[in-house]
Amino acid sequence: MEYFVIIISAIFVSNIILSQFLGICPFLGVSTRISTSVGMTGAVVFVMTIATITTYLLYYYVLEPLDLVFLKTIVFILVIAALVQMVEIILKKSSPSLYQALGIYLPLITTNCAVLGVALLVIQKNFQLMESTVFAIATGIGFGLALVLLASLREQLDLVNVPKGMKGIPIALVTAGILSLAFMGFSGIV
Amino acid sequence: MNQWQNFLKGFIKENPIFVLVLGMCPTLGTTTSAMNGLGMGLATAFVLVMSNVVISLIKGLIPDKVRIPSFIVVIASFVTVVDLLMAGYAPELHEELGLYIPLIVVNCIVLGRAEAFASKNGVWSSFVDGLGMGLGFTFALLILGSVREMLGSGSIFGLKFIHGDGMLVFVLAPGAFIALGYIIAIVNKIRKA
Repeated sequence: MEYFVIIISAIFVSNIILSQFLGICPFLGVSTRISTSVGMTGAVVFVMTIATITTYLLYYYVLEPLDLVFLKTIVFILVIAALVQMVEIILKKSSPSLYQALGIYLPLITTNCAVLGVALLVIQKNFQLMESTVFAIATGIGFGLALVLLASLREQLDLVNVPKGMKGIPIALVTAGILSLAFMGFSGIV
Repeated sequence: MNQWQNFLKGFIKENPIFVLVLGMCPTLGTTTSAMNGLGMGLATAFVLVMSNVVISLIKGLIPDKVRIPSFIVVIASFVTVVDLLMAGYAPELHEELGLYIPLIVVNCIVLGRAEAFASKNGVWSSFVDGLGMGLGFTFALLILGSVREMLGSGSIFGLKFIHGDGMLVFVLAPGAFIALGYIIAIVNKIRKA
């Protein structure tokens, strides 16, 4: 039951993009086509889950016993950067088809603040390992949901006559605002 | 380019938020009021200036292949410094900004300036560049924060100027997106004119 609550709240109620404002750069950059946003979602869910598990173990089994908790920002970002590189190398060798699909999105993920954000959030929320894993996967799915929704809206916007100054980023932001307004309707579910 | 132009470019011409559209997460997340926007802006500006200076000092020592991880370590160190300083001296602001302080590490502006400017230029120009970009970022956050606070709670820097409540939606998440969208549209209009 509590896992269910974590999943619903991570995907809908406190959606990582639309209510927490993490991962906005890829949200605006990649959301022009549905196909690219699906690729990006796959890569984010994958890396976010592995990164959260790794940083969780590092924090509780290395940093805390050694009393080095204040180093967590430096350690986490290095682990994530190294992890992204490693995932890229392993995928290239072991599963070329998956690598083909995710390839170009992987390097972009290092600078996605959602990944570091989730790693820090699970520490802040005092989650257990299993809860953290579920939270990471659900957050990734919530990220994907918002990304795909905005991408499909922006594909429609291409066909509409938008005022000149509003073209591109401004109209995308206003659309995201309305999307976020719609997601506020979910608050109160859990 | 002289130093004065180098300093000024961060405000309008190459403003990190309004023109380059970088570093959106803290921009949207922390500008619920003018004060929060200002605090976040200054914290980022400090990291930007310090990391620009240090990176331009050590640029000769870093092998080209590991430069990005090295930059990240430098930036992350200064972010930790800011995090601890704020927790010590401005605990309320630290509480308010929360997760966004450690997330300065992944702010694209900081790494972007390190890679595009500090790794190619001298210490003094890098310092000026960091200061200009940092203050330009602060300026943008202050504007967005003020607009949201004025519309959302009818006050500025906590001083009420209307009776009753404002439009609450501007303090909440959707208002951030909508307000920033319109501000960027206005800036586009001004720059083209």
